[in-house]
Amino acid sequence: MSNKVKEKFMSTVFFTAALTSVLAVGLICTFLFGNGFPAFAKIGPLNYLLGTEWSPTDIPASFGIFPMIVGSLYITAGAIIIGVPIGLLTAIYFSHVCPKNLYKKIKPGVDLLAGIPSVVYGFFGMVAIVPLTGNSILSACILLGIMILPSIIGIAESSLKAVPKQYYEGAIALGAGHYRSIFSVVLPAAKSGVLAAVILGVGRAIGETMAVIMVAGNQPRMPISVFKGARTLTANIVIEMGYATDLHREALIATGLVLFVFIMIINLSFSTLKRRTNQ
Amino acid sequence: MKNQNTFELIAKIAIRVAVVITLGVLIFLVGFILVKGLPYIKPSMFSFTYNSDNVSLMPALISTIIITLFSLLISVPLGVFSAIYLSEYAKKNNKLVLLIRVTTETLSGIPSIVYGLFGMLFFVTFLGWGYSFLAGTFTLAIMILPLIIRTSEEALKAVSDTYREGSFGLGAGKLRTVFKIVVPSAIPGILSGIILAVGRIVGETAAVIYTSGTVAQIPTNLLMSVRTLSVHMYALSSEGLHMNEGYATAIVLLIVVVLINMLSSRIAKKIGGSL
Repeated sequence: MSNKVKEKFMSTVFFTAALTSVLAVGLICTFLFGNGFPAFAKIGPLNYLLGTEWSPTDIPASFGIFPMIVGSLYITAGAIIIGVPIGLLTAIYFSHVCPKNLYKKIKPGVDLLAGIPSVVYGFFGMVAIVPLTGNSILSACILLGIMILPSIIGIAESSLKAVPKQYYEGAIALGAGHYRSIFSVVLPAAKSGVLAAVILGVGRAIGETMAVIMVAGNQPRMPISVFKGARTLTANIVIEMGYATDLHREALIATGLVLFVFIMIINLSFSTLKRRTNQ
Repeated sequence: MKNQNTFELIAKIAIRVAVVITLGVLIFLVGFILVKGLPYIKPSMFSFTYNSDNVSLMPALISTIIITLFSLLISVPLGVFSAIYLSEYAKKNNKLVLLIRVTTETLSGIPSIVYGLFGMLFFVTFLGWGYSFLAGTFTLAIMILPLIIRTSEEALKAVSDTYREGSFGLGAGKLRTVFKIVVPSAIPGILSGIILAVGRIVGETAAVIYTSGTVAQIPTNLLMSVRTLSVHMYALSSEGLHMNEGYATAIVLLIVVVLINMLSSRIAKKIGGSL
């Protein structure tokens, strides 16, 4: 009998533990929406999302986060333009070109790249990239392009490896060259995995905070050129949260809310794609 | 035929260039930080007190170790238990199980600054803990939870069903089977998840800066504000007065990352060998 009680008790314990995730997401949503929503209401959703002026300490203050939305999008797009081709080609190298013993030697390097903390990347950007390209959108794009490499390589490599060998062999048998077979047959077959890699990269880039702050200049104005600075949504929160009060503080939390919604959309498309790849 | 050869040649070169860039960036980054930072790794960097003359990284290092241990203490039991539920007990296609999976996936996608915001709103303000060791610990524990759940679940699922059947066949109950047979066989996989989590905690800045704060001191109680090594590094570089010590701190962080990677690949090898 006591065994039965123990079984029942522990299965309840396991179940309760499993509910922690549900509780955590519930709390995160409650507190983000609860504290950020009032700002939407007070400022007006359109004024807030599409307003081009962010001057929270002026009288009267204006809270428009459009410059930061555009800043985030520009920097993310730039990171993708730099990171995806390099990451994809490296993934092809790992999956179809690299000899096995060389692979064992250089793959840990990519893993190391994945493990380096973003603040170290940011520091590196500050001392090695900023002196060349300034505190600018370009610097942020280069740095983020590097930072998303490991995730793109990881996902793209495994989806390229999952393509049946016959595809490649068939192309070779038809007279295509080694690289022609990879680019025209294997790569298209791994299309949705590659797309998933890109989306994961977008998620990483848009959510990155510390590294961007350290190189992007962070001016809260509409981006003018890639050689000038810009501020992202993430940077906006970290830079001003330390001293913000009242509506200013709520407006910053609402910035977090906007970021959260962006990320949710990206994750949803990522998991949909992943499911499609698995089928 | 000529076209064919040109394509092959261009592709061959482009791929090599990409690989050289990827590895070149790594070598350049590590080399740059080592060259600039090594001269500043001095005993004074490891003094137990931090002041404006000597921006010692020791308080931050100790705080990082303690905060990591406490976060794991919260997250590992919860995460492993959730994984046990998901892999051993949950019925497929149950709506609640689906909800647990979806929320876990959601948690793993949330960027660290959003965790930081939530920690500030909930632990710091709502629960009134202030910028404290405790608030940072709980925020980090939630942040690593999905990672622990996912890796543990994968490890548990990889345990062959014949083990379970053998145990049941010998008359063991479900609970005994889980704790004596399934979990022990999954330990390496669970461990590799924990190591990944340690890496995330050590490298985290955005989630701790508004929950634990930035005071460089060794914690003696749970409600003290502390800074982790990553926050320390951010503080040094944003003040701009102690860049050399910033390089030295970066070296310490890199060493931690290298150690973590070595550990996890060693464990991965072990898993590969045992299956």
